Amino acid sequence: MNRARVLEADRQPALPPQTDAEPEVILSTRNLNLWYGDQQALHDISLDIRRTQVTAIIGPSGCGKSTYLKTLNRLVELVPRVRVTGETLFQGRSIYDKTVSVEELRTKIGIVFQKPNPFPKSIYENVAYGPRVHGINKKSLLDDIVEKSLRAAALWEEVKDRLRQDAFGLSGGQQQRLCIARTLAIEPEVILMDEPTSALDPISTMKIEELIYDLKKTYTIVIVTHNMQQAARVSDKTAFFLNGVVEEFDDTVALFSNPKSRRTEDYVSGRFG
Amino acid sequence: MNRRIRVRLWLNNLLKTAFMLSALFALGVLTVLLVQIVSQSVGWLDWPFLTGKLSIQPERAGILGAIVGTLGMMIVAAPVTLVLGVCTAIYLEEYARDGKIKSFIQTNIANLAGVPSVIFGLLGLTVFARMFQLGASILAGGLTMSLLVLPIVVVSSQEALRSVPQYLREASYGMGATKWQTIRRVVLPASVPGMLTGFILALSRAIGETAPLVVLGIPVLLLPIPDSFMDTFTALPVQIYYWTLDAVLTPEYANLAAAAIVVLLVVLFALNSAAIWIRNKFRKRY
Repeated sequence: MNRARVLEADRQPALPPQTDAEPEVILSTRNLNLWYGDQQALHDISLDIRRTQVTAIIGPSGCGKSTYLKTLNRLVELVPRVRVTGETLFQGRSIYDKTVSVEELRTKIGIVFQKPNPFPKSIYENVAYGPRVHGINKKSLLDDIVEKSLRAAALWEEVKDRLRQDAFGLSGGQQQRLCIARTLAIEPEVILMDEPTSALDPISTMKIEELIYDLKKTYTIVIVTHNMQQAARVSDKTAFFLNGVVEEFDDTVALFSNPKSRRTEDYVSGRFG
Repeated sequence: MNRRIRVRLWLNNLLKTAFMLSALFALGVLTVLLVQIVSQSVGWLDWPFLTGKLSIQPERAGILGAIVGTLGMMIVAAPVTLVLGVCTAIYLEEYARDGKIKSFIQTNIANLAGVPSVIFGLLGLTVFARMFQLGASILAGGLTMSLLVLPIVVVSSQEALRSVPQYLREASYGMGATKWQTIRRVVLPASVPGMLTGFILALSRAIGETAPLVVLGIPVLLLPIPDSFMDTFTALPVQIYYWTLDAVLTPEYANLAAAAIVVLLVVLFALNSAAIWIRNKFRKRY
C-alpha cells in the first residue's frame, strides 16, 4: 500500500450530511493523530458518533481500529510512550478537559474487550464491581443494580441461581455477556466494543448481536469488528479504516452497497483484507 | 545408517542414566543426613524435652526457651517484612516507571539477597542492638531477621503482582476505577497466593538462620524463659549450634542437638509444604 497515494488522494472523507432526522452527535474526533513512540498509527481521524446509533469500524488487521477505539475513553493512555494530538469531544466537551476526571469519562464511556475478561470473583461481585468502585455499598441497592444489569445483558435467567459462583464457571459467550452486564452496571452513555464476538462461537455471537440490537435503544454503541457481515448486520453507520486513516465513513447500507472509494469496494467485496 | 542410530540411542540412554544418578545422589545425601540425625536423637526427643527449660545437665535440658525465643522473633519479623516487602513490590510493579531509578532499586534489592547473613548480624548489632539500644533482645533479633529476608518477600511479591494479567487491570480502569482502587480490589487479591507463598518461604529461611543471631550476641546458656520482647533470648538454631560446640566436652549434647534439629526440620518441612500446597491450590485459572 503506497502511503503517498493514500494521502494524496484528498483523504478527508466527507462526513455524512447532518439531517434533522439524524440523532445528535455525542462523540466526535477531529484530526486525531496517534504515535506509539516514533511510529504513527493514526492519521487525521475525524469521525462523528451519533446517539443511540451503532457505529461500526471495520478494516484489515493492524489498521488502527482498536487503537482508535481506546482513544475515545482514554484507555490508550495505559500504553507507555503513546502520544495523541487532535480533538475529541464528548457531549460537546473535550475529553482532556481538566474539569472532568478521566475516571468520570470512563464511567460514561464504557468498554467491552475482545477476549472476555471477568474478574476472578463471583458473578455477583463482577457486576457489582463498578457500583462499588463508585461508592455504592448498600446491599439492597447493589442487588437491584446487579439484577437490572444482568437482565439488560440477557444473562439473568441463566445465572440467577448461581450469582455467588465464580465467574469462570461460565461459558465464553456467557462471560462476554457478563462483561457487558458489568459495563451496563455503571450506566454509561456510550459503550465501546472491541471485537466483542471474535473469540466466541456462532451461537454466542448471534446472542450478542441480538443484545446489541436491544441495547442501542438506550445506549450509543461503537463496535470494532473484523467481521464485515456483522457490521452490515448490526450497525447504522460504518467507518472503513485503512492503514490508520479513515478511508470512508457513511451509512452502513450506502457503504456496503455503493462504496465511494475503490479501496472500500475492494475490501467489502473481499478482494483483500 | 544402523550404526549411527545405535550410537545416538546409546548416548541418549547414557545421559538419561547420568541425570538420574545425579538426582539420586542428591536424594542419597539427604537420606544419609536424615538417618544420622534421627538416629542420634532417638530417646532424647520426648515431651519433657519439648517443654523443659535449659539446663547444664543434658538429661534435664529442654528447648522451651528456644522455641519461645524463635517464636517471639517471628512475631516481630513477620509483619515487618510482610508490610515493607509488599509495599515495596507494589511501588516497583504498579507505580514506578521503567527507567534508571527503578533498575537501580531492583538491582540493589537483588544484591541484598546475596549478602552473607553474617553481615546482617553486624547490621543488627550496630543499628538495633546498639544505636536503638535494644540490646540482644527478641525485638532486635526479629528486626534483623526481617531485613535479612526482605529481598525474598519483595521479589516474590513482585512476581505475584506481575503475574496478574494486564487485561484485568484494563477492565477495572475501563469502568472508571482509580489506580489505587484497581490495586486494592483486583490486583492485590489476585496476587495473594503468590505473595503468601513467598512470605512463608521467607519465614522458613528466617527461622533457620544462625549467624546473625550469634553476631547479635545471643547468650550461650540462658535459663529463664523470656517473657517480653525486650528480653534477651535464645533461638532454636543458635541453641543447636552451641550444643554442637559443647558436644566436644559433653557428648550427650550431640544428642540434644540432634533432637532439636529434628524439631527444626519438622517445622521447616511443615512450612514449606504449606507454601507448596497454597501455590498449587491457587494455580491460576486465567
